[in-house]
Amino acid sequence: MTAQTTQARDLAVVIGLEVHVQLETATKLFCGCSTDTADSEPNTHTCPTCLGLPGALPVVNEAAVEAAVKVGKALDADIPEETRFHRKNYYYPDLPKNFQVTQYDEPICQDGSLEVAVADERRTIGIERAHLEEDPGSLKHEGGAIDRAEYTMVDYNRAGMPLMEIVTDPDFRSPTEVRAFLEKLEEVLEYLGVFDAERDGSLRIDANLSVVDAEEVAEDGTIPTDVLADANRTEVKNISSHKGAAKALSYEETRQKNAVRRGRAVEQETRHWDESRGITVSMRSKEEEKDYRYFAEADLPPMRVSGWKEEIAIPELPDARRERFREEYDLSAEEASKLTSTKQVADFYEALTDEFDAGFAASWVVDRLLGELNYRDRSVGSVDRAAFVRLLELVDSDDITVKNAEEVVLRAMLDDGSDPDAVVEAEGLGKTSGDAVEEAVEEAIADNPDAVEDYHDGEGGALNFLVGQVMQSTGGSAEPGAVNELLREKLDS
Amino acid sequence: MGDSEYNAFVTETTIEGADDGPLAGKTVAVKDNISTEGVRTTCGSAMLADYVPPYDATVVQRLKEAGATIVGKANMDEFGMGSTTETSAYGPTENPAAPGRVPGGSSGGSAAAVAGGLADLALGTDTGGSIRNPAAFCGVVGIKPTYGLVSRYGLVAYANSLEQVGPLAPTVEEAAALLDVVAGPDDHDATTRQEGADADYAAAADGDVEGMTVGVPTELVEGADEGVRETFEAALDDLRAQGVETVEVSLPSVETAVQAYYVIAMSEASSNLARYDGVRYGVSGGYEGDWNESFAEGREEGFGEEVKRRVLLGTYALSAGYHDKYYAKAQDARAWIQQDFDEAFAEADVLASPTMPVPPFEMGESLDDPLQLYLSDANTVPVNLANLPAISVPAGETDGLPVGMQFVGPAFGEHAIVRAASALE
Repeated sequence: MTAQTTQARDLAVVIGLEVHVQLETATKLFCGCSTDTADSEPNTHTCPTCLGLPGALPVVNEAAVEAAVKVGKALDADIPEETRFHRKNYYYPDLPKNFQVTQYDEPICQDGSLEVAVADERRTIGIERAHLEEDPGSLKHEGGAIDRAEYTMVDYNRAGMPLMEIVTDPDFRSPTEVRAFLEKLEEVLEYLGVFDAERDGSLRIDANLSVVDAEEVAEDGTIPTDVLADANRTEVKNISSHKGAAKALSYEETRQKNAVRRGRAVEQETRHWDESRGITVSMRSKEEEKDYRYFAEADLPPMRVSGWKEEIAIPELPDARRERFREEYDLSAEEASKLTSTKQVADFYEALTDEFDAGFAASWVVDRLLGELNYRDRSVGSVDRAAFVRLLELVDSDDITVKNAEEVVLRAMLDDGSDPDAVVEAEGLGKTSGDAVEEAVEEAIADNPDAVEDYHDGEGGALNFLVGQVMQSTGGSAEPGAVNELLREKLDS
Repeated sequence: MGDSEYNAFVTETTIEGADDGPLAGKTVAVKDNISTEGVRTTCGSAMLADYVPPYDATVVQRLKEAGATIVGKANMDEFGMGSTTETSAYGPTENPAAPGRVPGGSSGGSAAAVAGGLADLALGTDTGGSIRNPAAFCGVVGIKPTYGLVSRYGLVAYANSLEQVGPLAPTVEEAAALLDVVAGPDDHDATTRQEGADADYAAAADGDVEGMTVGVPTELVEGADEGVRETFEAALDDLRAQGVETVEVSLPSVETAVQAYYVIAMSEASSNLARYDGVRYGVSGGYEGDWNESFAEGREEGFGEEVKRRVLLGTYALSAGYHDKYYAKAQDARAWIQQDFDEAFAEADVLASPTMPVPPFEMGESLDDPLQLYLSDANTVPVNLANLPAISVPAGETDGLPVGMQFVGPAFGEHAIVRAASALE
């Protein structure tokens, strides 16, 4: 085909993901070493097994298998009668045994799906499989990047951490969908209590991306398999967040579309996402077909997991909780959605409903707290719960104005960790009593005869001016509505 | 060549056990592929010449708790790959029972230590006959336990789906008593089982075989040397005289056993030995090129010829395009062999055959013809493929050379083979 014809073509992007998730367990996948390696010296969380010493043997950590079953249930996947481990053989300096214990043709989860909201559309992303495997160690290159390093050091603290690799079908039609999926996946994993997004390297993403003729994409988003098979794809590695995924894949989408439009072929290759430069870089395409020589790991007998799916319970997931919030607390779709965006927020909110009106609490969390937190790039976990409850009590009992509660007290709480009562006291925010307001109103009328005259002449601005005077003299602690009403009463009598 | 008598040990040492216990006062030789904390464990390889394990194998821990004193790390074919102990990087071991002949292998050092009186007892390991073969060649007793009876934690893997640690001793009862010490489940080895854990194997060495049925698989007798067969037949007569009934049984699939065994063992070995890449073990540094080239050079230097041969063949057998032709087929053969044994045990309590079809080779004789040497494993490898227990017990001599008799039992049927073997003493 010629460059002219390709230029006119409308192109669609097809993406599939391999997501590596680190499961939160107390110990590693095949040994008793602690997974709490943050701030530890290198090679201090190791033993003969995770170091791959001669003669050491793996023993499966059942907590990791349980976590995998939970993920499988949440992804609505098939969990087989029996599952087993295989060896994936390849040489790499971070791999203690020069093979990785992983799962091959009998993974713990198969054929699942996850529903994602993208803009107003709900999309179902197929999950081909999800399996357990051990993490390799990590390499530290001294004296520059990998190709320029003087020498490389190996840290085996990470070796043997439990990973779950989740492989999707090529169901994504845009980088935005990928981001939405990853956000949803993280949310679900957090709900399950098997994942900690804060942990360094807890989410690692490889993406396969290709472009096809937009005409080939059916109304429902499906693409004929032969078209998919014919399209050259690139595998983009080294993505470590959902934000990074959207950026990397947008870059790669543009790069491939430009190539095709210029009549050049997309080369089938592995590309490295360079986060700091914001580009993908070819990792040299001299890529022989990789042959991992998979075979069964005889040191780990097959595990019967058929009963586990029934025995292991999973908590209420975000979609179900959102629907329940809407009904039970009579919330809008937007409120319910924001309140269930993370388990932390949902738990925080739901505890408030014991003490406060659900709608009142919702408006405070959604409209005020989350906004202030977002502005400060903080999570709800950093909020002093007791202080926030006290703040709502002050508002609820009409002791301070909503405006002061939000703009003064809440911000002081978040910024300085101040106690709400202390802020109210120090700033004199206690609502001014009825008598004091009345006094101030009478004073304003007496002091501003011109404005009073203007009011009686029907000038609308005059009343607002008088309200302002009263607010000023009460230091903002009066309710503007009440002042307005009282003024009218006095002036009209 | 080392300093120890018969070159039975790679490293002589003294590791004291507990003050009392069933093995108090006993000296034990431990094959040099079984990890000993603080004492180097070479696997007979130059690659691990300086490797000192920071931990004890479970069986070593159990020896210590039982009061045994470990006197040396016994010589062996490199990583267990051989049946003569001649592939050791530390020189060959001599056969105390047959001067000028090999002691068998790969646990040749363990068998020689017992036969030569350097240790009361020994631990060996058996992947395809590596305990029974040297026991037969050195005229001692050796037991290959059911897969899963003895912990492999700390046993440096050659072919992990096949191998077990087991005892060698001058008598059946002593071998069984050592098995009593090391047998039983281990939290560090997921393949160990509860079955057979609290058995008293030594008590089964009572020679009481009256009424026992011994099956003789024709396939495992036909190929043996004349002299070996005569000794074997005489031992069967002895058993019949003690009230044993012998029946012929057939194991038609064993003709594939040697091929299947070597494909599986080499495939597993190619993976198990991958970690020896010159970074943490063996010679490293100073190589030009990328790490693949550096790994290749380190392995070229650190491994002996037989190890390289098996790693290369194993890598080939697992490769895309060949996996189904070799590895998958070998697994099928393994399943058929297991089935054949199951059927044979419907007719007999134990099976009997010569342990080795030939008497011990002369030193140096077999090195140039690996295939011929592999074929001499015909009687021992089916047992490993079927995960079964077997014992080799001295059955007599041919031309002054020791001949061993092998009894094979059903899974966790160690009592029966111990009893049958004790009747020949």
